[in-house]
Amino acid sequence: MNAFFLAISYLRFHWARSLVLIVVTALILSVPIISQVLLNGSQTALTERAEATPLVLGSRGSQLDLAMNALYFSDDRANPVTMADADAIWDSGLGLPIPLNTAFETNGARIIGTSVEYFEFRGLNVAQGRQIALLGEAVLGASVAERLGLVPGDTVVSAPQNLFDLDGVYPLELNIVGVLAPTGTPDDEAVFVDIKTSWVIAGIGHGHDGVLAEGATSDDIVANAAIVEFNRITDDNIDSFHFHGDPADYPVSAVVLVPNDARAATMLRGRYLDADNPVQIIVPRDVIGELVGRIFRIKSLLDAVTLIVGGAALAAVGLAIFLSYRLRAREMQTAFKIGARKSMILQLIGAETILILCIAGVIAIALTFAVQTNGSTIVAWLLAT
Amino acid sequence: MIAINDLTFAYPDSDFRLNIPSLVLEPGEKVAVVGPSGTGKTTLLNLIAGIAVPQSGTVRLGDVTVSNMGDADRRSLRAGRIGFVFQDFALLEYLTARENILFPYRIAAGAKIDDAARTRAVQLAQSCGLEGKLDRRPGALSQGEQQRVALCRSLIMKPDLVLADEATGNLDPANKVAILDLLFARTSEQGATLLAVTHDHELLPRFDRVIDFAIFRDAGEHAA
Repeated sequence: MNAFFLAISYLRFHWARSLVLIVVTALILSVPIISQVLLNGSQTALTERAEATPLVLGSRGSQLDLAMNALYFSDDRANPVTMADADAIWDSGLGLPIPLNTAFETNGARIIGTSVEYFEFRGLNVAQGRQIALLGEAVLGASVAERLGLVPGDTVVSAPQNLFDLDGVYPLELNIVGVLAPTGTPDDEAVFVDIKTSWVIAGIGHGHDGVLAEGATSDDIVANAAIVEFNRITDDNIDSFHFHGDPADYPVSAVVLVPNDARAATMLRGRYLDADNPVQIIVPRDVIGELVGRIFRIKSLLDAVTLIVGGAALAAVGLAIFLSYRLRAREMQTAFKIGARKSMILQLIGAETILILCIAGVIAIALTFAVQTNGSTIVAWLLAT
Repeated sequence: MIAINDLTFAYPDSDFRLNIPSLVLEPGEKVAVVGPSGTGKTTLLNLIAGIAVPQSGTVRLGDVTVSNMGDADRRSLRAGRIGFVFQDFALLEYLTARENILFPYRIAAGAKIDDAARTRAVQLAQSCGLEGKLDRRPGALSQGEQQRVALCRSLIMKPDLVLADEATGNLDPANKVAILDLLFARTSEQGATLLAVTHDHELLPRFDRVIDFAIFRDAGEHAA
């Protein structure tokens, strides 16, 4: 008996049922492996980046939120600190402060306002175009550039913070001057601008038409609602851009600190131990290490849940196959009368089960391979959301 | 030739009992079996085909004694020398008409679907008026067409004997006559014996012989 021919014919005829069985089986096979791959990837990504970041300064509150925001640009943002806090580190001479303003987005990617030291600190190299030089310029992470299909010379617009706040921050069109080489880190998913450009996006700095009448003195300000405020910084209008208020008060989401040495790091940490101080310094390695430990404790629980759910799903698949053969009793009876062996049903069950398992196995391997191949991108995305 | 001698059969845990002292069917003979429901007509077909085994007596098909054969040999006999036509057609819904006709090749030990088999399937289908419908599945065929496919399936292995169990029972009058015409014509071409269980008394005059199961009951040998 050509069991496989009959099995293939049966599976094709009942394609919807077969599809459900194959998809469920593929998921049962692949989900535990994929979760393990992603967890291992997450652990590596989390740990590597945390260990590469000595200290982070930020608003007192959740250390985990601060670390996730400063390292992985996640949405978990604590209250901002100010440039004065970053300057205080600089003035102490104990280390290099690298400010990060992560408050804005564009096309689903985080806009990171920072200083040029960040690129050197993270080892980020420009693969196309050049590095940021002027206000309003941006360099894109490799994944963002690929996803949005953008190259140097294009522009990207920052997302408005609130669609219904007409008096709020207006989008700024950023000039893309470079694309970074891929690193397999959250930097691939970010759009980098100078910290001052991020303050322009925040509305602290802006450029507009002249507000003095022709031939008037500085006391004759004629500004009104008709004045055009620029939403793109160009060679023609860049000189009109200016900032209001005390630069020391400008907001910074977090400050990456690169201490001069271990002693400097200890001294810096000691200065911010006071619980009443609204600013804190964290050691990302410790914070993320604790998180990873928790993740793997939860993973053990998830493994147990996956085992139970997988077992239940397998039982359901088995029941579906069993019931389908109950429904085919008449067919088996006919085959027996015509001359088939009674074991034909076992051969058909075997052939159909093997086919379902093989197809599901191929799908599971393909899924796992796809996840493994794009693991770093998926992990970076998972960490950023 | 089919010869039954001193056959007795009973189902376990049942008062059903079938006794056939003697029954002979000549090669190529067309024989109808009639009688009330539950009198053992289908059981007779099962005994001849070796699906059921008598408690005593013999069933001979040509030169072999079916009732003495082992399970595998009886299966082989059914696959190679006996064709079945069922009341409900018993086609596999997921196979095309062509594959249904060729189905016995897939279950018979040592049988292989070669070009000759495929050609024979097409010829049989054409002779039964199934031109252009070989690639359709049973669900896309009328009841008459489905029974034609079942008829072709029963003849594909060139059997010595065709057993038809209420083969026209689910068909409209026109199709009943047409299927019986085909059954007679195709079995005659092959020289096969036809043993048909039927309740259609208007069809009986067309058979060479009619066996009324009442004779067994009247003789007190058979209790339904």
